[in-house]
Amino acid sequence: MTSLLVFFVLVLIGIAVWQLTKIFDLTQVGEAKDNSEVANDRDNSVNGYLMFGFLGFIYIFTIYSLWAWGEFVLGKPASEHGSEVDNLMNISLVLIFFVQTITQFLLHYYAFKYKGKEGQKALYFADNNKLEAIWTIIPVIVLAVLILYGLYTWNQIMYYDEDEDVMYVEIYAKQFGWEARYAGEDNTLGKANVRYIEGINTLGVDVEDPNAQDDKVVQELHLPKGKKVVFKIRSQDVLHSAYMPHFRAQMNAVPGMVTQFAFVPTVTTAEMRQNEAIIAKVNKINKIRAKKSADLVAKGEAALDPYTFDYLLLCNKICGASHYNMQMKIVVDTPEDFKKWLAEKPTFGAAWKESIAPKVEEVKVESKEAVVDTTKVIAQVIK
Amino acid sequence: MSHEHGHHKETFITKYIFSIDHKMIAKQYLITGLLMGIVGVVLSLFFRMQIAWPEESFEIFKIFLGENFAPGGVMRNDIYLALVTIHGTIMVFFVLTAGLSGTFSNLLIPLQIGARDMASGFMNMLSYWLFFISSIIMLCSLFVESGPASAGWTIYPPLSALPQAIPGSGLGMTLWLVSMAIFIASSLMGSLNYIVTVINLRTKGMSMTRLPLTIWAFFVTAIIGVVSFPVLFSAALLLIFDRSFGTSFFLSDIFISGEVLHYQGGSPVLFEHLFWFLGHPEVYIVLLPALGITSEIIATNSRKPIFGYRAMIASIIAIAFLSTIVWGHHMFISGMNPFLGSVFTFTTLLIAIPSAVKAFNYITTLWKGNLQLNPAMLFSIGLVSTFITGGLTGIILGDSTLDINVHDTYFVIAHFHLVMGISALYGFFAGVYHWFPRMFGRMMNKNLGYVHFWVTAVCAYGVFFPMHFIGMAGLPRRYYSNTAFPLFDELANVNVLITMFAIVGAAFQIVFFWNFFYSIFKGKKAPMNPWKSNTLEWTAPVEHIHGNWPGEIPEVHRWPYDYSKPGHDDDFVPQTVPMQEGEEQLHH
Repeated sequence: MTSLLVFFVLVLIGIAVWQLTKIFDLTQVGEAKDNSEVANDRDNSVNGYLMFGFLGFIYIFTIYSLWAWGEFVLGKPASEHGSEVDNLMNISLVLIFFVQTITQFLLHYYAFKYKGKEGQKALYFADNNKLEAIWTIIPVIVLAVLILYGLYTWNQIMYYDEDEDVMYVEIYAKQFGWEARYAGEDNTLGKANVRYIEGINTLGVDVEDPNAQDDKVVQELHLPKGKKVVFKIRSQDVLHSAYMPHFRAQMNAVPGMVTQFAFVPTVTTAEMRQNEAIIAKVNKINKIRAKKSADLVAKGEAALDPYTFDYLLLCNKICGASHYNMQMKIVVDTPEDFKKWLAEKPTFGAAWKESIAPKVEEVKVESKEAVVDTTKVIAQVIK
Repeated sequence: MSHEHGHHKETFITKYIFSIDHKMIAKQYLITGLLMGIVGVVLSLFFRMQIAWPEESFEIFKIFLGENFAPGGVMRNDIYLALVTIHGTIMVFFVLTAGLSGTFSNLLIPLQIGARDMASGFMNMLSYWLFFISSIIMLCSLFVESGPASAGWTIYPPLSALPQAIPGSGLGMTLWLVSMAIFIASSLMGSLNYIVTVINLRTKGMSMTRLPLTIWAFFVTAIIGVVSFPVLFSAALLLIFDRSFGTSFFLSDIFISGEVLHYQGGSPVLFEHLFWFLGHPEVYIVLLPALGITSEIIATNSRKPIFGYRAMIASIIAIAFLSTIVWGHHMFISGMNPFLGSVFTFTTLLIAIPSAVKAFNYITTLWKGNLQLNPAMLFSIGLVSTFITGGLTGIILGDSTLDINVHDTYFVIAHFHLVMGISALYGFFAGVYHWFPRMFGRMMNKNLGYVHFWVTAVCAYGVFFPMHFIGMAGLPRRYYSNTAFPLFDELANVNVLITMFAIVGAAFQIVFFWNFFYSIFKGKKAPMNPWKSNTLEWTAPVEHIHGNWPGEIPEVHRWPYDYSKPGHDDDFVPQTVPMQEGEEQLHH
């Protein structure tokens, strides 16, 4: 079936080419048959008009894109620095659209206006230092402003004051999922290294470290509104990237080092769900999903869940086969809710003790695994 | 250099295969590059089909990918990444570096500067054959059972170093590294040859400020290549050490498939630095030759001197210099010191200045011209258009603050495909249409050329323009499928549209290939100077001979852009025409 379709498409394309060539050939009628493959006045005229038409195509396509896809752009930022980023982005976009509109117009309009004609003489105009100076200096000024504004914002985002009241959270990446670790009462993350990974200690936290005892490891990231959160980002295997688009935040997770990104969440998940743009977006997505579900049900498959808005942490650095589905839900709570949520989670120290306690009872099963482990270790040593 | 031209006997092998004649080597590069281009584009169609219709079964996958890579006609998720990787590698290195530079540097440097051949014909031949071998190895890697290299064309370790991380990092990655090592050797031999030839073998009167801008572009490109390719070579070598000999240059503290690996002390960020030290200049290695070709074609077909010849040279040199100190803008969020982010933002945005100068100079060259809209000219104007559209978004990506949120999204794909992919490809096509008569002694059909251009132009915008929007919606690149995120459901239709444009655009390249191969054998016989051009290559006979000119090498008396100069009967004055009594050397 597909091959048949492909065949038809190819045939149609063939016909299209044939017809198009014919159209170009027909434009030659009446022209002295010059037989050369060099553009003559007819070619210049046809292609000159097409150039002008193409300008129209670019404009219309741009307007259509803005109208049809403009709302895709991530809406209200959910972090303090996010509005600064969006501001700079909007300034840059306006500038780009302005320059794009003008330069494309000049380019295509000149291509149309000065299309070659027999007997038309081109102007011998080789150089003009004034003009060159103008289009060197204008970009210099514009870019100087953009650079200064950009660097100012960049420094605001990337550096934070050591004295600030911040909360430390570790984001931990592995193929293909995320975990998070809160620093606990002492607000200090316990030391960690992949060499300590064992049993439930999936993050390789140093069990001996006193700072680690009150750490809390979770699978869903909750953040308190209005507090600066400093993320310490680690990876256990390959490069990943912690991408939180709604917060305008991203930082790579690099095995062998700890990277860092900090921001203040400003909108709780509940508040964001009340945002008009988000409601519209969610409704639109649910319409699409309902349609898809109907198709799926007709085929006898399970329907899709309806979508509710949630903040997300995505992986945005190619990391392996399931890179496309490496995500963690982020929930921004009010400080009170956050405290309540976190209080319910067990500390690492307690969880660890609990996990090693029953080991004594199940000696038989454990020892079997231990034997396998030892051979593996020996094999590694021999290697 | 040998002066006994055209006299010694040639066999089929020395003429067509192990030729040391630059014109034949150029044709070899061209045809190999075009064939690699077909592979690269077809791969992209495969993965575009997967994005548009995720996890659907296609007959065509059953045929081309087979039961192993596409069980039941559904593409495997790691094979998707493999196709992305090989598409990028082939298009960047094999088509737009070797195919574009290799073809036109080889063809035009000796012909336009008035030399009988390259400085070292043998090294030139060796350069092509190393390129050929590396192409074959890269193609072979497509047939490896565990899949070809799958870590993206940037092959960041540890993903590229550990077969446990992705199957493609086994034999497939080894072949990739071997292929690229040979490719780099080939590229360096070519580049050294171009540099030496341009410096030493210019004919009498051909001063540096009388060189066509094509030659300036090829010359500067070769210098960037010599400076930056060895760094990629060293990165590849160190990666081979990490993979095969247990060193830890780029790897540290890794826990994978349930065991801790022995690596300690290395850093993937180091690899990123080494890679992008080539990777960014590579963009200009791809783009500058295309801009050089465009400069020449726009001037010739506008029947006007290129506007601001010296400013053009200055901007080529400025771009080349800046290109070697901006690599960090690929790494704003890699975990390197944020201070470096500031530095690289500054240097990166500076590149916009010479780029703007070039764009405005092209536009001014069109102004009050007598434009001969040949297919080559259309592609050149198209290049300026995509260069502007793609270049402008560089202002966003080069700004570290804004890069945070669009980094590695479809916004980036839109940006670099327009500014270096499509632009360089247009330069490539423009060059082929323009110098086809010089290469094969025949003309290409202009009407097929027009159809080719207009459909390509519409489809190129159709494919890449919408990507800006899905990128700003936060859609990451290199996702096998977007169905894991309900958030992206609303983008699905756009992805279908993009794939449609891609399929139509790719299908119409058949028009070009038909035109190209048909015209080689059956095209109209070309006159000596079909485009009424000033440069030296059109003074050589249509039939190729060893040594390019039958008698003396022509002497040069003027710059190459005396089009429509007052005081001359014709609207072009070839470089070989002596200056008239009292004729002014206007501005150059």
